[in-house]
Amino acid sequence: MLLHSRSWIASKITGSPGTAAASDDVRGGAWFLSALAFVVIVVPVLNQGVPPTSPFHLSAYALTLIGKYMCYAMLALAVDLIWGYCGILSLGHAAFFSLGGYAMGMYLMRQIGTRGVYGDPILPDFMVFLNWKSLPWFWYGFNHFLFAVLMMVLVPGALALVFGWFAFRSRVTGVYFSIITQAMSYALMLAFFRNDMGFGGNNGFTDFKEILGFDLHSDRTRVVLLIVTALLLAASYLACRAIVASRAGRVMRAIRDAESRTRFLGYPVESFKLWVFVFSAVIAGIAGALFVPQIGVINPGEFAPINSIEVVIWVAVGGRGTLFGAAIGAVLVNYAKTYFTGALPEVWLYALGALFILVTLFLPKGVIGLLRTRENKK
Amino acid sequence: MQTLREGGRWLFVLLLVLWGVRPGYAQSPSDAGFLSTLGELREASFPDKEGIVDRLSQSGHPSVRSVLTAFMEDRLVYRNDDQRIFIVKSTEGDPPAFDLIDPLTLKSGGSAPVDSLTRIGTNNGLRRILRTTVAHFGLSSSDSSVRLEAVRDMLKSLDEPTVVLLRQQNGVETNSRVKREIAIGLALAALDSSDTQMRLDAIVTLRSSASQDVRNKLEGLLEQSSNGKFTEPDQKVRKAAADAVLIIDRWRTFYSGIETLFFGLSLGSVLVLIAIGLAITFGVMGVINMAHGELMMLGAYTTYVVQTAMPGHIGISILVAIPAAFLVSALTGVLIERTVIRFLYGRPLETLLATFGVSLILQQLVRSVFSALNRSVITPDWMSGTLQLNEALGITYNRLYIVIFTLVVFAGIMAVLKRTRLGLDIRAVSQNRTMARAMGIRSEWVDAMTFGLGSGIAGIAGVALSQLTNVGPNLGQSYIIDSFMVVVFGGVGNLWGALIGGMSMGIVNKLLEPYSGAVLAKIFVLIALILFIQARPRGLFPQTGRSSENN
Repeated sequence: MLLHSRSWIASKITGSPGTAAASDDVRGGAWFLSALAFVVIVVPVLNQGVPPTSPFHLSAYALTLIGKYMCYAMLALAVDLIWGYCGILSLGHAAFFSLGGYAMGMYLMRQIGTRGVYGDPILPDFMVFLNWKSLPWFWYGFNHFLFAVLMMVLVPGALALVFGWFAFRSRVTGVYFSIITQAMSYALMLAFFRNDMGFGGNNGFTDFKEILGFDLHSDRTRVVLLIVTALLLAASYLACRAIVASRAGRVMRAIRDAESRTRFLGYPVESFKLWVFVFSAVIAGIAGALFVPQIGVINPGEFAPINSIEVVIWVAVGGRGTLFGAAIGAVLVNYAKTYFTGALPEVWLYALGALFILVTLFLPKGVIGLLRTRENKK
Repeated sequence: MQTLREGGRWLFVLLLVLWGVRPGYAQSPSDAGFLSTLGELREASFPDKEGIVDRLSQSGHPSVRSVLTAFMEDRLVYRNDDQRIFIVKSTEGDPPAFDLIDPLTLKSGGSAPVDSLTRIGTNNGLRRILRTTVAHFGLSSSDSSVRLEAVRDMLKSLDEPTVVLLRQQNGVETNSRVKREIAIGLALAALDSSDTQMRLDAIVTLRSSASQDVRNKLEGLLEQSSNGKFTEPDQKVRKAAADAVLIIDRWRTFYSGIETLFFGLSLGSVLVLIAIGLAITFGVMGVINMAHGELMMLGAYTTYVVQTAMPGHIGISILVAIPAAFLVSALTGVLIERTVIRFLYGRPLETLLATFGVSLILQQLVRSVFSALNRSVITPDWMSGTLQLNEALGITYNRLYIVIFTLVVFAGIMAVLKRTRLGLDIRAVSQNRTMARAMGIRSEWVDAMTFGLGSGIAGIAGVALSQLTNVGPNLGQSYIIDSFMVVVFGGVGNLWGALIGGMSMGIVNKLLEPYSGAVLAKIFVLIALILFIQARPRGLFPQTGRSSENN
């Protein structure tokens, strides 16, 4: 038994049976990266270079939409990294996403300055409205962009570190982990809905004016934001792929397939899980931070447990365990959502529900898996 | 008297008639006389009205109490065009037309627009007289709860005539609760007596009350006016009053503690009802049913449909709704199991996603059929109202029934699992599927039945919830996370765990609420649970044995 296990894990570590899939990943990844490069080159041209009267002109609305899809793709990458490769189903990633978003929102709120409705140079409008006299301590520093960026990474990362350390140390696994991450997200949502929390309560943050001195409503700023998003999406894809292809990535897959065996063979399962979880949370936080200036609003509704579950379905649709597949799934599902909620709002929930059921029943490897089996048959 | 009353309703009517012609009330009870006396009210001045009230009360007419009560509450009117006198059923909510009641027969007399009626006015002095008179009628009622109500009304405005009345009643009263209430009234009156000893005795009596009014009156004795003079001159009496206030406060704190505990129990009961079903599907079958909340919502909508289908029988409809909701949800559950879940056994994370899809579809289905608006289910009469245990402690019936209902359902499920063939099969399959199959148990059938059972209980929980909140498409979502936490807290697959976990979560929630507010209390409970899971990853009552290890 033990011998068998050894050879099994050795095959995981040296990666002999997985090579075909890995090369496939490289090819798909290349497609994915070229698509991103295409976006980076073509979008600015179509928006800035083509006159608004031309049918090829890309509107501000389309810019926002593409930006949003890329942020979601990044979030899907984060979830796929831990669920697809490490077998941890987190239903709390909307919380990390929102925390990153709130950190960015706090910076943007401080940038409004005297242009708010009440014109207070320091306090955001909602604090003036609530009769607060001074800025709460946790708002200090958010007028500096670099500090805010640091917080976008540190806050979700720290939460994941503390939460994950507690959870993994006491071997909360599988469904239990899913349920308590969901509870964490739910508790945070309830907390952010409170006015006394100092994060704008129900309404959250909105009415942003500018980022680093550039007007958020101008197309030029939007294009730059979109390019930054595309580049960061590409970077996080490459980072995730590097992790997955490394030795650590193989241990992760071993943990996913047989956690106890991996532990018995002497690998520190808990620390592997913990650091992957933290890394994934950080990517989710960055995605949220990019999301907020492009969409122009962040409120506690983003923490809602259903959002976390939707991310999981993007990953499942695209193909759990293929990184670019998760990103493609996010874009596909969200495009469908944009289309349906506009054209047939009644149908959207039916379609989403059916998608959940059909994908889990018939497409365990998602769209990418479907394409692959087709190719193999040829 | 007692035996006669139990004899039947006609005897009761007879008694009323007998009482009507008792000597002393010996004026003719003829309707014409009554009406003409009543008619005089239209034109009379306030002093004249006092005399008319006196004559009416002497008339012995069966409807005199209702008429005088209506008069006291400003509900006595006359119609402008024919000058007839009517009682208005209710003036609440300022309706454009009033429902009228005939003062002679006390039956409905149609309705009339507000402008066509003139109210027969009262003033403070007249209302005081009316209150005494009406109380007098109340005190002579043969129903002790009516007498109790009358005494309580009188305590609100103690004056010389009411004290006399109370003293008279004290001599003849047989019911101990009414007697106690009268004693408190007399003691309250005695506080104003000039005899120090009497005041002291009164305070001793009042000490046993838990009423806010009594407490305030006692505290009033301790007040000091600006020139340093106390309301109560005697120091001994002041000390006794201060002690009494302390004692009453302590009791009131105690009672409000019990009330909080009860609120916690009733909230916990709801959680338990939801969690039992989850514990069965989650624990016994290893299936995470995210659609559990929506099955509950189906139960609540079934209650609504049943109630709409039998509008004349609201009281019974809820009893009909319980089996109906069980069936609807159980059938839906079996359908879900046969079409989706059975392909996903052994893959808990996938079932979570697929059943989440089912929940979205069910929600949208309900939105398409019933619209997205909330529906309200009427609470039947026997479930509304409050069980007033004493002045400081009242328990609402709907919460009380939900606690009892939960315990009954729990006992029922336990009986099914422990005493029936199905229960035996379920336990066998959950402990060791392969072995159970080898013994000839059709595990597929057992799976479907287990899932149906769990879903049916969700439907029953929906009936209970329909009595507490509005019925809407989001009903399921608002409770599902809490109930998952209950199952995780109690230990998967353990019904006792669900019971104890749910009750303690409910109580802790309600205990924290006064200090932190409802939302923070919920957050604290969630955080506490997340920490608790760290210490006991498999809940309060972990499953033991071979089946608990899944790696």
